Amino acid sequence: MADIALPPQDISVVEGSYLENIGKHKGLAAWLLSTDHKRIGIMYTVMLFSFFSVGVLLGILLRLEMISPGGKLFGPEVYNALFTLHGVIMIFLFVIPGIPVTLGNFFLPLQIGAKDVAFPRLNLFSFYLYVIGSAVILTALFVNGLPDTGWTFYVPYSLRTTTGVTVAVFGVFIVGFSSILTGINFLTTIHRLRAPGMTWFKMPLFVWALYATSWVQIIATPVLAITLLLIIISRVFGIGIFNAAAGGDPVLYQHLFWIYSHPAVYIMILPPMGIVSEIIATFTRRTIFGYKAIAMSSLAIAFIGYLVWGHHMFVAGMSQQADMVFSFLTFIVAIPSGIKVFNWVASMYKGSIDPQPPFLFVMAFMVLFSIGGLSGLVLGSLATDVHLTATYFVVAHFHYIIFGGGVFIFFGALHYWLPKMFGRMYDKKIASWDLLVMFIGFNLLYFPMFIMGYEGMPRRYFTYLPQFETLQHISIAGSWILVAGLIVMFVNLIHGAIKGPRVGPNPWGGTTLEWKTASPPIHENFEEEPVVIHEPYYHEEAFTS
Amino acid sequence: MEQQTLTEHKGAPTSYGIYVLIWLALMALTAITAVVAGINLAAFTLVIALLIALVKSSLVVNVFMHVKYEDKIFKIFVAIAGGVLSVIFLLTFADVYFRR
Repeated sequence: MADIALPPQDISVVEGSYLENIGKHKGLAAWLLSTDHKRIGIMYTVMLFSFFSVGVLLGILLRLEMISPGGKLFGPEVYNALFTLHGVIMIFLFVIPGIPVTLGNFFLPLQIGAKDVAFPRLNLFSFYLYVIGSAVILTALFVNGLPDTGWTFYVPYSLRTTTGVTVAVFGVFIVGFSSILTGINFLTTIHRLRAPGMTWFKMPLFVWALYATSWVQIIATPVLAITLLLIIISRVFGIGIFNAAAGGDPVLYQHLFWIYSHPAVYIMILPPMGIVSEIIATFTRRTIFGYKAIAMSSLAIAFIGYLVWGHHMFVAGMSQQADMVFSFLTFIVAIPSGIKVFNWVASMYKGSIDPQPPFLFVMAFMVLFSIGGLSGLVLGSLATDVHLTATYFVVAHFHYIIFGGGVFIFFGALHYWLPKMFGRMYDKKIASWDLLVMFIGFNLLYFPMFIMGYEGMPRRYFTYLPQFETLQHISIAGSWILVAGLIVMFVNLIHGAIKGPRVGPNPWGGTTLEWKTASPPIHENFEEEPVVIHEPYYHEEAFTS
Repeated sequence: MEQQTLTEHKGAPTSYGIYVLIWLALMALTAITAVVAGINLAAFTLVIALLIALVKSSLVVNVFMHVKYEDKIFKIFVAIAGGVLSVIFLLTFADVYFRR
């Protein structure tokens, strides 16, 4: 569908838009004290991408260290601190809060026809908990030096090191509470604030994904909170719960950590999967094939995701019986993931495909996520995992899943919903070509890591054997191409949001409720409460022709 | 679906006597936990400690947190969380049990 072309104008003159200040506060205060879910979503987006930029910069430095063997740029201590900070920022401050707090906050109430989330003040409180937790983590920079444990804070080293682990861990603890409160808010919103007529199976699949994610946030995050508190107590009071010499069990730490952190992977990937369904339905002009199967597979992934944490610990000293059970359960999680991918492909079959930038991001996701997923099976098998564990292979697998899968869809979602959020369009041609640049850069960056890992290159080493030099150089070149692509993408999106041509309420021909209101949406989302009659992906022209 | 307003707790309010009784029961169970920890019951130590914890948490969740008087949906929510926790315990303890 062609965009509705309107003359360029300032966003703030759109009448009743959430971008207009109402109430007693003006300027920045009107944003910082707003309980409007859309403004909170935007504030989260600014925060998250600021941290993402720092994380990318650290990643570039980590790659640059590999320009030649011997670690000429930093010493081993600095390198250890840099990969720890890269991991903590990217995991705890970017991908875990990720899509739910940004686009979830903005679009969940819009997609279910509500005025706001169930607890708007709690929503703002969650945001400030996130800000405070982030500040505490960054404070660790200045307390006894940077933590150098890796983002997993594994004992016994995390109990022994003199670096600022206690402060960093406490920051993660606070951010965890932000996550729990967001989960409670979303769960209540979905249960109680759906528009008239929106039964469970008329909800958009992004809402289903957020629903499953919220459950994971609520049930799994407290385990992390307790584990991190145990580390703090152990460090401060010398209690030996993870100390074998004092009768404790170091492997228990890994159990507790991964009981949270594996489900956390699904906090990272379930929302992008929901967005993939939205984008495919819009740009193929078709309903989603196997809607109920996709909705239920989100819940199945959330549940089975709780039972597979042990695959991070095959070489940690677990019993062989536990190894086998966890390996078996790991393979089972491939079933609901496969259900999604096959249904997405079936949805495209005979669709009227419109290859706009958001759809192209989904295509990139399909390739990258498939490579990441299939390499995960190699790591889920006991025998091959023993060879590949703690090598570059794991680094490549993880980045293909989380960056190539989750974050690429985050980018795709920004391209999909930016016209709704700001009522303006970015340059679509630049966006499409830039995706190609990022796709090439991404694969050059990470694919050599599969090969290096298979050949024995360990992760988290500041140096390497000369035999890996060529592949390391290809990877470094890839990182620069990827970053160039990222810069172009952000410039294009920001320019589009501020100065792009105006678009109407529904530039893509979407069918879900957010496309039925103004772009940008008004303060309480809808002029009148919407009434839902059709299933979420009802393309009228497809059904009537 | 109509937008629903949050309702007050249903059912008769719990008397102070019940609260005190539950509190005494919790204190007694805590004392039993401490005593049992000092007796060598081998593999049963953990099982008994967990059973006591289960009884204590059931009392707190049902009475102090009022889940007993709530709608079915909240009971299902709590049951799901409890079920997941049980599976997590089972898998973790299975590892420790089989470890050499």
